[in-house]
Amino acid sequence: MIRVLVRYLGLGLLSTLFLLPFYIMLRNSLMTTRQVTSTDWQWLPVPFTLDNFTELFTDTSVPMGGALANSLLIATVTAPVSTMLAAMAGYALARIQVPGRGVVTAFIVATLMIPGSVTFVPTFVVIDALGGVNTRWGIIAPGLFNAFAVLLFRSFYLRFPSEIEEAGRLDGLGHVGVFRRLALPNSTTMIAAMGALSFIDSWNAFLWPLVIGQDPSTWTVQIALSTFLTAQTVNLPGLFAGAVVSILPLVVMFLVAQRYIVQGITMSGLKD
Amino acid sequence: MKTATRPLQAPTEAITRPRRRTDRSAILAFVALTAPMVLGLGLFKYVAIGWSFLLSLSEARGTITIGSWVGLDNYEFLLRDPGFRSSLVTIVLFAVFIVPVTFAGALGLAILLHRIRRGRALFRTTFLIPAAVSYVAAALVWKMSLFNGLPSGIANTVLLLFGQDAVPWVATQDPPLYWVVLVTLRLWLQVGFYMVLFLAGLQAIPPHLYEAASLDGAAGWAMFRHITLPMLRNTSVAVLMLLLINALQAFDEFYNIFSSGLGASATAPVRPPLVYLYGVALGDQNYGVGSAGAFLLTLIIVAITLVQGRVVGFGRKD
Repeated sequence: MIRVLVRYLGLGLLSTLFLLPFYIMLRNSLMTTRQVTSTDWQWLPVPFTLDNFTELFTDTSVPMGGALANSLLIATVTAPVSTMLAAMAGYALARIQVPGRGVVTAFIVATLMIPGSVTFVPTFVVIDALGGVNTRWGIIAPGLFNAFAVLLFRSFYLRFPSEIEEAGRLDGLGHVGVFRRLALPNSTTMIAAMGALSFIDSWNAFLWPLVIGQDPSTWTVQIALSTFLTAQTVNLPGLFAGAVVSILPLVVMFLVAQRYIVQGITMSGLKD
Repeated sequence: MKTATRPLQAPTEAITRPRRRTDRSAILAFVALTAPMVLGLGLFKYVAIGWSFLLSLSEARGTITIGSWVGLDNYEFLLRDPGFRSSLVTIVLFAVFIVPVTFAGALGLAILLHRIRRGRALFRTTFLIPAAVSYVAAALVWKMSLFNGLPSGIANTVLLLFGQDAVPWVATQDPPLYWVVLVTLRLWLQVGFYMVLFLAGLQAIPPHLYEAASLDGAAGWAMFRHITLPMLRNTSVAVLMLLLINALQAFDEFYNIFSSGLGASATAPVRPPLVYLYGVALGDQNYGVGSAGAFLLTLIIVAITLVQGRVVGFGRKD
């Protein structure tokens, strides 16, 4: 009995610690600069102000509205497209017997050997040659091809019941038809899991958008935040308001799609 | 669809006949489904890396054209550069801190959660929700509020409670208190993610193992050592690998906590390799040295991962 109580007490304490940074972000975003920098710690923003949020979208020197729009565009393109491309390739590698399939699989798997963010120099070189520096597509393009997701979809489709496939073929469907009409609708959980993870990744990406989008018109919300964070003078509460706005979409999505996100983490974590 | 008429017993037929004529529609479908991925990876991995490799052997300042060959000069320059060498020391130190701390934290949280009956989902959400936060936003909270060095910062408020003076966390290099800031930030952001992996692993352990062990008189630590840990071997290996690879690629929090813009990043007390390379490639526009650095770093990460895999028993057959 006491043991159980201690466990819950410990968990409660830890949870409070984990939620504290969220609270601080929100608190600071509702305060004035004087309140934030006051030497006395205040738990509650009294009186509170919403000016920081209205300023965020009206102040033209801070392109936060545009940055949010860019991030939204990038994540809403990347998540479905990268998931779909991975599902397509994963299905083909798992279910379509053709000569040379092993070679294609090896070609895709081999790219996993190279640690992701180290490739920013090589990828920059290619995007630069294609004229993609300071463009939104330059930020999006390399993220559409996720070899790791291909592998996960491949192992998922390897377990896909062959009875369904055969039934589809009897009904006159070709390979692409079976994939589109039967396999795809039967893998919504997997698609939701990969899509949610991909959305989070591209929304939170920092290094690559920083490398490609130096021009304010292509800033993502992370770049905008970072620019103000590392600037010499900052409007502190405004910065926190920006942070609140930047994490809000993800927190909401997280709470809604939690089941899929947990599944995605479990699948993608145990890759071997 | 011509292949639709393929008879049901096609598999057996394939055995008895030498081989069906190559199924053209299968090839077409395979190509159609894999082509985008193959072309994309070909361009952004193979072409990129090949090109970059040639650049690493060239003198390429402010240009991405290959041709002014300098042999291994770029590699030699990096290996002699104190900046690059100290960045390697930094990242190894960081990994030495963050990997075991996160591993132990994630495993501990998972065991705690696994043992309670009510409210597991709620607590799991609480620990996992920071995984939705970007390193930039977290760096903002850590640098400007939690560890801001002002007496009103939370860390310093706690110190004051214990009668200690306020400490400028990020700016203190001796002792290097900035490590507290870096390690706690990453711990907060990723511990929930790995906790979920351990939770899945714990749930896969058959309960009868524990029952049998308790009949044999085992309890507490013995159970953990002889059942839980061995049963979590695969998960543990995966977690260690992911943690290490992620630690060695650290960029976001170092950049955002220490630098004030691109030029000033040289004044940061510590720079991991990716921040160093960012400065070389994007700051100095030296793509030759930048490419060489990317290769050295890849080599080092692959080597460390392989050695770690060997040590913790990756690929060992159970």
